[in-house]
Amino acid sequence: MTAVSIRNVSMRFAGKKNGDSIRVLENIDAEVAHGEFVCIVGPSGCGKSTLLNIVAGFLKATSGDVLVEGEPVIAPDPRRIFVFQENGVFPWLNVHENVGFGLRKQTRAQRDQTIARYIDMVSLAGFENAYPHELSGGMRQRVEIARALAANPDIIYMDEPFGALDFLTRLKMRADLVRIWQSEKKTILFVTHDIEEAVQLADRVLVMSNRPATIQEVVDVDLPRPRHLDSPGYLEKRDRIFKVMGMSLRVGETAT
Amino acid sequence: MSADSEILGSALPARPPAGASRAVSGASPDTSEPVATDLGAPTSQGVFGAAPKTTRGGACAPQKRVSGKKLFVWPPSTDALLWRIVRPVGMAALFLTAWGLAVRWSGSDLFPTPGNVARGIVELIQKGLLFKYIVASLFRVSWGFTLAVIIGVPLGLVLGWYSRAFQALNPFIQILRPISPIAWIPLAILWFGVSDAAPIFLIFLASVFPITVSSIAAVQNMQPVYLRAALNFGLSTGELFRQVIFRACLPQIITGIRIALGVAWLVVVAAEMIAVNSGLGYLIIDARNAGKRYDLVVAGMVMIGLIGLVLDLLVRQLEKFDEVRWGYGRK
Ligand SMILES: Nc1ncnc2c1ncn2[C@@H]1O[C@H](COP(=O)(O)OP(=O)(O)O)[C@@H](O)[C@H]1O
Ligand SMILES: [Mg+2]
Repeated sequence: MTAVSIRNVSMRFAGKKNGDSIRVLENIDAEVAHGEFVCIVGPSGCGKSTLLNIVAGFLKATSGDVLVEGEPVIAPDPRRIFVFQENGVFPWLNVHENVGFGLRKQTRAQRDQTIARYIDMVSLAGFENAYPHELSGGMRQRVEIARALAANPDIIYMDEPFGALDFLTRLKMRADLVRIWQSEKKTILFVTHDIEEAVQLADRVLVMSNRPATIQEVVDVDLPRPRHLDSPGYLEKRDRIFKVMGMSLRVGETAT
Repeated sequence: MSADSEILGSALPARPPAGASRAVSGASPDTSEPVATDLGAPTSQGVFGAAPKTTRGGACAPQKRVSGKKLFVWPPSTDALLWRIVRPVGMAALFLTAWGLAVRWSGSDLFPTPGNVARGIVELIQKGLLFKYIVASLFRVSWGFTLAVIIGVPLGLVLGWYSRAFQALNPFIQILRPISPIAWIPLAILWFGVSDAAPIFLIFLASVFPITVSSIAAVQNMQPVYLRAALNFGLSTGELFRQVIFRACLPQIITGIRIALGVAWLVVVAAEMIAVNSGLGYLIIDARNAGKRYDLVVAGMVMIGLIGLVLDLLVRQLEKFDEVRWGYGRK
């Protein structure tokens, strides 16, 4: 059963000169199953955000189709919530109001209960009345994740959600995300340029090439969770992706 | 790195019981960020042991990281407060003295001394004119300005959002905008006669353009990520305007409103000199025409300045609300 299928998607942007065009995506084919955690990795600027925006309905592909539950995607939909690279939490609402943003149709009691549950899940209890500018980057990202979860979508799209965070915070956020994904049983399509992040999180990793991007390889990360970052299985998957992306594991050596 | 040093995800798929969840997984939401670590606990102490100001909900306001000796001190010491009062008051005293001496030494009998002006103000109060004229001026400003806000803000938001409407109307706005409201006075008198409607119309004209233009700019410069988030949550057009576009633009709209109120106050005085027979502008013209009472002219000017200051301070208070404070850079 597939939740998302990406069929032969290509994307060109108009270039600077008239008639010029930048080829960004080239014949992308991929499928995501229900409840699956899929990561897309690729070098910066290869078109990962572009692909995710097409899948979510924010951009229209030059050619090809995206189907969700067999239906073509034409516009964004509250059943699929996007977590943005550049934090999309509303600065004029406090944490409680932000998390409840997708719950406008519920009664107040229902809404308060849902909000409390997800604020608790992302460990922000006690910060309900704080405004985003009073929070750290990691906490703001938690608010956005809670807002996405509270809306009870079938699918969550995440575009480098931890990219702006420091190493330790990122590690912690990943562990929390896996825990939440396991308990909430959502389908997650997660974009990152960080190979380690992809192997730590995903059931499957789609490796994209440089522009114009194609899917170079699909790596099944069939490792049990919790994952140990120094287990042979983990290292093998990680090294495989490094190799596909044409990178050396030794710092100082030129890429092949 | 030991075998179990970094474990990702829980072996048990279920979420830990509510009580334990924070202790196990969320003891420190962000290990490396000081803001997140101790909830609501004071993270720094003022020099005098006063608790730091915490924001609503017990969240610690981001603390300035301090290095070395220089501590961020709250509340400010009494010395600093004293100086904040002493400096401007001292400067004003110096200015008034210089003014008084200049009038006396020059032997001018036309220009009033500060003492004359003060007596003029007292005279106006005793005759019951001062209060009456202030109310008359404020009444006109309130009406013209409120109308400008009611029309300018929605108009600006709509024009900022719908680019075709903007293309059609923007040249029109840009041509009307540089015409001083003073230039409209003859037409205003022609249309409204000598009544309150004329200055109200002029004040409306003066303030509607800054408000509209700043609202348009606010929408056009809005961060696209808020819009995309809003679209994602499936908002109707009405909800989009009320809950996202308006809220995202509010800080800039308030700035436009501040500018517009300043202009409105400038214009009411000019309008009252011509189109009506009450108000602070009328006071100034009347004092001159009826017996060259320059003490009352300057008294009127002083009142206009003071009230302008108070109006600006009031609008500035709007910028302090949590819902807009994010829009003014670092506090
Ligand atoms: N609206 C646009 N117009 C023109 N070029 C664009 C546009 N959006 C993205 N691009 C280009 O497409 C390429 C891929 O961008 P993006 O998807 O953001 O990359 P990634 O997320 O992988 O870092 C980049 O070279 C970028 O400059
Ligand atoms: Mg990107």
